[in-house]
Amino acid sequence: MPHAKPKPKAARPSLAKSPTGIQGLDELTGGGLPKGRVSLVCGKAGSGKSLLAMEFLMHGAVRYGEPGVCMNFEETEEKLAANVASLGFDLRDLTRRKKLLVDYVFIERSQITEAGEYNLDGLFVRLAHAVNTIKAKRVVLDSVQALFAGVGDSATLRSELQRLFRWLEDHNLTAIVTGEAGIDTLTRHGLEEYIADCVIALDHRVTEQISTRRLRIVKYRGTSHGTDEYPFLIDEDGISVVPITSLALTHKALMDRISTGVPALDEMMEGKGFFRGSSVLVTGTAGTGKSSLAANFTRAACTRGEICLYFTFEESPSQILRNMRSVGISLEPWVRKGLLRFSAMRSTSTGLEGHLAVIHKLISQLQPSVVVIDPITNLVSASGNYDVKSMLVRLVDFLKVQQITSMFTNLTFAGDPQERTAAAVSSLMDTWIVLRDSKPNGRPRRELYVLKSRGMAHSREVRELIVSKRGLDLGVVLSDHTVATHVAGQ
Amino acid sequence: MSNCGGRVTSLADSGRNPSNGMKKSAAKKRQSKTSRSDFFILRLYIAGQTPNSITAIANLKKICEEKLHGKYRIEVVDLLEKPQLAKGDQIIAIPTLVRRLPPPVKKIIGNLSKTESVIVGLDLQPAR
Repeated sequence: MPHAKPKPKAARPSLAKSPTGIQGLDELTGGGLPKGRVSLVCGKAGSGKSLLAMEFLMHGAVRYGEPGVCMNFEETEEKLAANVASLGFDLRDLTRRKKLLVDYVFIERSQITEAGEYNLDGLFVRLAHAVNTIKAKRVVLDSVQALFAGVGDSATLRSELQRLFRWLEDHNLTAIVTGEAGIDTLTRHGLEEYIADCVIALDHRVTEQISTRRLRIVKYRGTSHGTDEYPFLIDEDGISVVPITSLALTHKALMDRISTGVPALDEMMEGKGFFRGSSVLVTGTAGTGKSSLAANFTRAACTRGEICLYFTFEESPSQILRNMRSVGISLEPWVRKGLLRFSAMRSTSTGLEGHLAVIHKLISQLQPSVVVIDPITNLVSASGNYDVKSMLVRLVDFLKVQQITSMFTNLTFAGDPQERTAAAVSSLMDTWIVLRDSKPNGRPRRELYVLKSRGMAHSREVRELIVSKRGLDLGVVLSDHTVATHVAGQ
Repeated sequence: MSNCGGRVTSLADSGRNPSNGMKKSAAKKRQSKTSRSDFFILRLYIAGQTPNSITAIANLKKICEEKLHGKYRIEVVDLLEKPQLAKGDQIIAIPTLVRRLPPPVKKIIGNLSKTESVIVGLDLQPAR
């Protein structure tokens, strides 16, 4: 809403689009729904069809100057008003200002007897009347399903629906028709057969007790679109979809460098630190200083006056602030200044896709230049069997397109092959910093080395990592890490 | 609508919203002659003079004459002229016949060519 959206990709001139105003969906569709056409949104009960349709109307009325008519077969005006009020829309006010018109169509089957031929001109008359009253440009029919329950003659109904969709297009109305999902079909009554231009399927699945909503563009004539399922989120702002912002690897690699927050670590990276817009993975066993490193990185960003977004999945923000104080890093002033923003979520509160949707949304709102995800391990564990990698590819791609420098920490377990959880993500990462414990001569110490860093001649040394009340620093050069791991492997 | 006969009125010419006042006053007038529950107020919704609409009007008049013997009143509403009236009676199909009196409200959709269905649907007592 208040924030500016990234410009959708240039739509083909032949196909005009009507923006939905739903975050992510307009990017996915290259600008919105086909203008002057009928789109079908289908899914099971509770999958978010009605919400998507209503948002399309509301945003149309409020943001795009396109009044809308909602023919609702399921909910009364009062209930609808209550529903959209929670999203911050005042349906009554919009109705008063003739930006919106809701016509509740109620069919009581038990009242109705059929005695001879009929058509659905009554519905047409009502719709035309509503459209004319407010000079509507958008129409929602939610859900036409109810007609099948209310009207016995389905042959008549089918031909009438076809006539209705044609009527909408003849009047250059951009419409959403919602339909309940069938068992083996997209919709129970095969509505998809009549809608040629755009079909969107919504899904709400629960896997391992974690629910995830997904959206798929089944067809969209004349527009290239991904056929993947995209996770989406329903929260107090309505629907937001996590799109892939780049279908190809087209983001620009920046040459700017930014400090890691630890001068000695900058030293190891050509004396300049990370590339701006790159992704950094920090792995290590428990207590090796991953969060401290992330905090140093955060502080450096805030000191430069940049906005930093810190996602935490294990500790509350106050816990992190306290812990960081103990190692000499004070982050509170930056929180107060509004440069540092924490977002704390339990990893099990939602699925990976849900988390990514939240991350995506907050990033779009705050436009940070630095993002920390601490730790990514929890996200991976929340994902169940779902392909973690493709989701993370999207996130990393998104961050890179936005030229955000990102740091992901990853907890590894002693004795575990380092690659296990890291395998999914390491190839996506430009820089991989490894932290570990070692006990040479019985004296425990922390060690750090840069396993990889694309595009720079980084140091291959293993350094001691010193965490003290005065913060993080690197100690003496211990060895070349290739040798060290080789030795450890023996 | 002038061809609809003496007992058929056209609401299309009336500027009033017929959902309230009209049926009561009409019912009251008749109450002196017949008991309230015997009197039928039937409203037929059409959308222009389509073949189905014309058939429905003719069928309805015929059935009423046979079964109701003057204890009825037919109102014809043309939604092309009064589209705002469609919402009140929740009209979807055309033609739709609404039995407004006696209660409960009943609806019959179609051109009323299935006489038996109309009689059952309106709950018409056999003529006494």
